[in-house]
Amino acid sequence: MSTMMSDQSTAQVLEDLRPKRSWRQARSNIMVMLMGLAALVIVVPLVFVIGSVISRGAGVVFRDFPSFFTKKIPIKSEDIGPGMGPAIVGTMLITGFATLVAVPLGILGAVYLHEYGGTTKLSKLIRFLATVMTGVPSIVMGLFIYVIFTLRFGLSGVGGALALACLMLPVVIRATEEMLRLVPGNLREASYALGTSKSRTILTVVLPSALPGIVSGCLLAVARAAGETAPLLFTIGAARAVQGNIFKGANTALPAQIFENAKSLFPGAQERGWGAALTLVGIAFLFTLTARIVSSAYQKRR
Amino acid sequence: MTTEQHIDELPNLSGSSQRADKAFRWVSIGAGLIVLVILGLITYTMASRTGPVFRHMGFRFFTERRWAPPKEIYGALALMWGTLFTAIIALFIAVPISIGIALFVTQVAPAWLRKPMVYVMDLLAVIPSVVFGMWGVLVLARHIKGLYKWLHTTFDSWPILGSIFGKPQTRSFLTAGIILSIMVIPIITSLAREVFETTPQSEKEAALALGATRWEMIRGAVFPHSKGGLVGAVMLGLGRAMGETIAVALTIGSALGQLTFNVLAPGNSMPSLITAEWGEADALKKSALIAVAVTLFVITIIINVIATSVVQRSIKRSRGAV
Repeated sequence: MSTMMSDQSTAQVLEDLRPKRSWRQARSNIMVMLMGLAALVIVVPLVFVIGSVISRGAGVVFRDFPSFFTKKIPIKSEDIGPGMGPAIVGTMLITGFATLVAVPLGILGAVYLHEYGGTTKLSKLIRFLATVMTGVPSIVMGLFIYVIFTLRFGLSGVGGALALACLMLPVVIRATEEMLRLVPGNLREASYALGTSKSRTILTVVLPSALPGIVSGCLLAVARAAGETAPLLFTIGAARAVQGNIFKGANTALPAQIFENAKSLFPGAQERGWGAALTLVGIAFLFTLTARIVSSAYQKRR
Repeated sequence: MTTEQHIDELPNLSGSSQRADKAFRWVSIGAGLIVLVILGLITYTMASRTGPVFRHMGFRFFTERRWAPPKEIYGALALMWGTLFTAIIALFIAVPISIGIALFVTQVAPAWLRKPMVYVMDLLAVIPSVVFGMWGVLVLARHIKGLYKWLHTTFDSWPILGSIFGKPQTRSFLTAGIILSIMVIPIITSLAREVFETTPQSEKEAALALGATRWEMIRGAVFPHSKGGLVGAVMLGLGRAMGETIAVALTIGSALGQLTFNVLAPGNSMPSLITAEWGEADALKKSALIAVAVTLFVITIIINVIATSVVQRSIKRSRGAV
């Protein structure tokens, strides 16, 4: 931070010494302005997308409040009116189950990478492949689960949850390892010095002190997973009534409903799509915001 | 690290605690190995389902332009082109903007502006792709009609631009490319930021002390340090853009067999075709669609492997130089 200040003040002094309005200075100013412009340009789509979602979604959601969140999805898609209840339940159950699978595995995987593996060949390989795995297209994960799970057990919420878990796993691993790296080594040594075993040290000293960072990383992963559509298309099927059992029977989720309704030409269906989009964006933002609050509260405490 | 390992070897634990220790160690190794298992299983189980289509089409699967299920012709060439074409359009828009933002945030912006910019990127990154797609097809595609017509009529008689801006359609490669660019900008920007931040402060100050303007400092001190990392960042963006499914499926227009340079033409990409045709697919077609997915998987894995190693090497090298 202090070097940053000195950088700026040197720049200032130099700017005072330099002959004014030289071509070089003008070119530099133009480039800096272009950079500022780039930063402005990216705000535009954000504002437009969120603006559309709110302006078109809020009307739908609040006209039928709260039945939009609770009613069944109309069987005929040309019907106007609520609701999205089954999709909201489905999203919560499927994302929740995916979290239950991916987070413990991801944290344990990261524990292996940082606490046991370190710089061994195997852990280097796993770390590298986990990074590569974050780039596997979500549709490939969906088809993968279709091939190994859905073909055998049929359409159900669990299939979708497993696909989402596969997408979350590398993200959780990367985020958790990043946080374990921040835990000071002398904490571990102090624990060993008291005669504590390595596993107890990890469970009672290392993980708790990295917990806020891990929680915030996992919340971000959940926020991303809740919005995934492609993995669900082949695995959960379609339902119009609440399906509370994710292990059996076709299910539905908000992203799948948005996709269906965005393709539809009926105004009623499109309306439901915007309402669902507002709900989904709201959920995703809520998780992101919580993640930020957790991590900044943690940073302040340190 | 070494003390830790040393302490680890001390046999001062009681029997049961030692057993618990070992068990925990194995559990965590197992969790780490799951990454390998999943990637291996994806490759194996999916590749083994592509048998029917490759027996039927042979290697022509990759060189055939047509995708005509009624005639049982399954060719991925136009789909691969569509995937690459939309991704290139997206990068064409996204790369300059991302580098601009990353430079702005790391080199130019006052401290109070940095955090809001990071929030903007966070929000963009967390908006689901299906929402971008819906916005693209229901809002953007309708409002951009005029611009497309103007592009077409203005450049119609020009030599190269005339074929790039051919007959316009609102759902097209360009519409999909624009939406994709919004989605990959946060990814490229955050990597580019990380790369730019590895420039040693001393070199930036040295450049300024020699009388360099801010832009000359960026060109002379920041860019040479970041070249490799930027290449990797762009490649990661390419991988993401090629694998993106839903936003593209909604905006690309789903026209088959398009091998064209016309950005305003409707087309199809590998992932969007899979979502569109999965529903009514018979066994051979399903096998063909899975073969498309495997092709996509292999391409994105190759891109990601190269990109990840380029980025890691470049960050490591510049950290080592400090």
